[in-house]
Amino acid sequence: MSDGAVRSPFLALEDVKTHFPVTQGFLFRRRTGAVKAVDGVSLAIQRGEVLGLVGESGCGKSTLSRTIMQLLRASGGSIRLEGRDLCAVSMKQIRRERINFQMIFQDPYASLNPRMTVYDTIKEAIRTRHPHVGGRAMIRRVSSLMDKVGLAPKLMRKYPHEFSGGQRQRIAIARALAPEPKLILADEPVSALDVSIQSQILNLLAKLTRELGLTMLFISHDLGVVKYISHRIAVMYLGRIVEIGSPREIMEKPLHPYTQALVSAIPFPDPRLERTRRRMVLEGDPPSPMDPPGGCPFHPRCPFAEAACAREVPALKEYLPDRPAACIRIPEIHPGIGSRE
Amino acid sequence: MIRTTLSPSPDDLPVPKLEELERGSSLWKDAWRRLRQNRLALIALALFTVIAIVCVLGPFMTPYGYEEQRLAYGAQGPTWEHWMGTDALGRDQLTRIMHGGRISLSVGFMATAVSLVIGVLYGATSAYIGGRTDAVMMRFVDILYAMPFTIFVILLTVIFGRSLYLIFIAIGAVEWLTMARIVRGQVLTLKQQEFIEAAVSLGYSNGRIILRHLIPNVVGPIIVYATLTVPAVMLLEAVLSFLGLGVQPPMASWGVLINEGKDAMTVYPWLLFFPALFFSLTLFSLNFLGDGLRDALDPKSSKD
Repeated sequence: MSDGAVRSPFLALEDVKTHFPVTQGFLFRRRTGAVKAVDGVSLAIQRGEVLGLVGESGCGKSTLSRTIMQLLRASGGSIRLEGRDLCAVSMKQIRRERINFQMIFQDPYASLNPRMTVYDTIKEAIRTRHPHVGGRAMIRRVSSLMDKVGLAPKLMRKYPHEFSGGQRQRIAIARALAPEPKLILADEPVSALDVSIQSQILNLLAKLTRELGLTMLFISHDLGVVKYISHRIAVMYLGRIVEIGSPREIMEKPLHPYTQALVSAIPFPDPRLERTRRRMVLEGDPPSPMDPPGGCPFHPRCPFAEAACAREVPALKEYLPDRPAACIRIPEIHPGIGSRE
Repeated sequence: MIRTTLSPSPDDLPVPKLEELERGSSLWKDAWRRLRQNRLALIALALFTVIAIVCVLGPFMTPYGYEEQRLAYGAQGPTWEHWMGTDALGRDQLTRIMHGGRISLSVGFMATAVSLVIGVLYGATSAYIGGRTDAVMMRFVDILYAMPFTIFVILLTVIFGRSLYLIFIAIGAVEWLTMARIVRGQVLTLKQQEFIEAAVSLGYSNGRIILRHLIPNVVGPIIVYATLTVPAVMLLEAVLSFLGLGVQPPMASWGVLINEGKDAMTVYPWLLFFPALFFSLTLFSLNFLGDGLRDALDPKSSKD
C-alpha cells in the first residue's frame, strides 16, 4: 500500500485470528485442540473499494467475514473500521454500531424471516437508523429501497416464499442497505443462485457500490465471479491470505502457485480455446485446519514445493509493487520477479 | 461527492397507494387454506366446536341442576324428560355430562396452558443460551421425566389437599416436559438459520430477536403439540378421577361419570354409554384436528 501512510485504510485487519476450541467431555470440558479457521490475516480495504476474497470451501472465508461482522469474536489481532478497533469494543457497544457494517448472506432461502413481509423486513432494518420514521414516510423509504434493488414496490406486502431466489437476494440486499451502512460484507451472495441470475445480482451489487460509494468485501469461491466485481482480489488458503492483486494482474500473472491453480481452473467461454486450456490440477484435499501442515500451508499440494517450504510459514511480501504474495519460491517460478533474501 | 445516504428526497418518488399493493399470502393464510381442504380436520373442528358450545351453554338451558337429586326418578333410561336418562340418585344425566364436560375441557385447556407457558419459556431459554446451561437444564427435564406421575400427584394431594387448581398444576407440571423438549429442538434448528444471524448483525436486541424472529417460527409445532396435549391431559384427568384423586362429587368430570357408569354398566348401560360417547368424540375430534393442523402448518411432513 504505497499511500498507506497518507490515508489510513477504511477497514484494516491486522493479524486477525479466529480459532475454535475443540473440546471433549460433557460437564467438565477439556480443550483438546483448536481449529484455526482464520490464522493471521492482514488486509486493508480503502473507502469505496470492492475487495474480492477467493478461496476454496473451508479455507476460512466465511469465518473471516463473520469475525469482521463481530458475529464471531476474533481470538487475536485487530479489526479497525475507520481507525477504531472493533475487537476492543464491548458487545453492547458493537450492537449500537452494527448499522455501519452489514452483511449479505449466501442462501436467500434461509436469510429472510419467513413470517415477515418484505415491508416488515425492510422497515425493521430502516428503524435501526431512523427509529422514529413511520407511516407514509416509511412506505416511501421502503419503496425507494425496493426500487433501488430492482423490485417492484407494489410487492412489499408479500412474503419471502412468494419470491424467486434472485428476488429474495434482492430483498436481502435491500435489508442490508436499509441501515445505510458504510461497509458491506457479501458472503457468497450469488453462489446459491442460477448462473443467469448471478450476473443480474452482480450487476446490481456493482451498481449499488458505485452509486452509494459503499465499501465491500465480496467473498466467493469462484474466481470468475470475483474478478468481475472487484477492484482488488485477495486469495485465501487455509486461514491465510496468500496473494493480493488487481483482477487483471491476478488473472494474467498469478504469482502464487495456488492462485495459478485457481486461475487455470476457470473455463474459457470459447470451446476451441477451451480445448487448448492447460489446467494445473492440484493433488489431494486441502489439509484440515485442525492439524495444518508445518511451514507453508500449501506445500503438501504445491508442485513447486521444496524442503524449505516445510520449515516456516512464508510472510506476505511485495514481489511486485502492490502485489504481495506469500511464497518463497516466487523468484524461481517467475524468473525476474523479486529476489530471494 | 459520494452519496452515502439512501434517504430519498421526500417528493421524487411516488408512494404506492395501499390499494395498489399486491397482498401477500402469509404462511398462516396458506396453512388455513390447506386446513380447509382437509375434510376430516374440518369435521373434527366443527364437532369439537359443537361439543364445546353444548357444554358451556347447555347447563343454562336444562331445567335440572347437576346436583339436584330426585330419588323417585332414579335410574331411568332415556326419556323425553331426561334425554340421556338419570342416575341412581335421579340426577339428569345430560346435565351432568354437560357440567362434567366443562370441568374436563377446562382441565384440558388450563393444564395445557400451564404446560405451554412453562415448556415454551424453559425450552426456548435452554436452547437460546445453549452450551453447559442447556445441558444442565435438559438433564433436569430428564430427571423429572423419570418420576412416576401418579406418585407425584398423590404427594401433591397429600400436601396441598384436593382442588381443581391442583389438578391443573399437577398435570401441567408433567406435560410441560415434552413441550420444553419440542421447543428446544425447534429453537436449536432456528438459531442456525441465517435470518437469525442477519437479525443479530442488524443489532436487534435479544428480546426482539426472540419475540419477532424466533417465536413466530416455532408457533406452528407448538400449536400442533398443544392441540394434541389437550386430549392427553383430559385422559390423565380421567385417570386421576378414576383413582379418586380428581374431581369430588357432587361435581363431575367425564372421567368421574365414566367411572360411575362402569360400576352400573350391566344394569344401567346408558350411564356409561353417554359420557363415554362425549368423551371419545371429543378426543377423536381433537386428535384429528391436531393431525390436520400439523399437515397444514408443515406441509413437508405430510404424506401426500
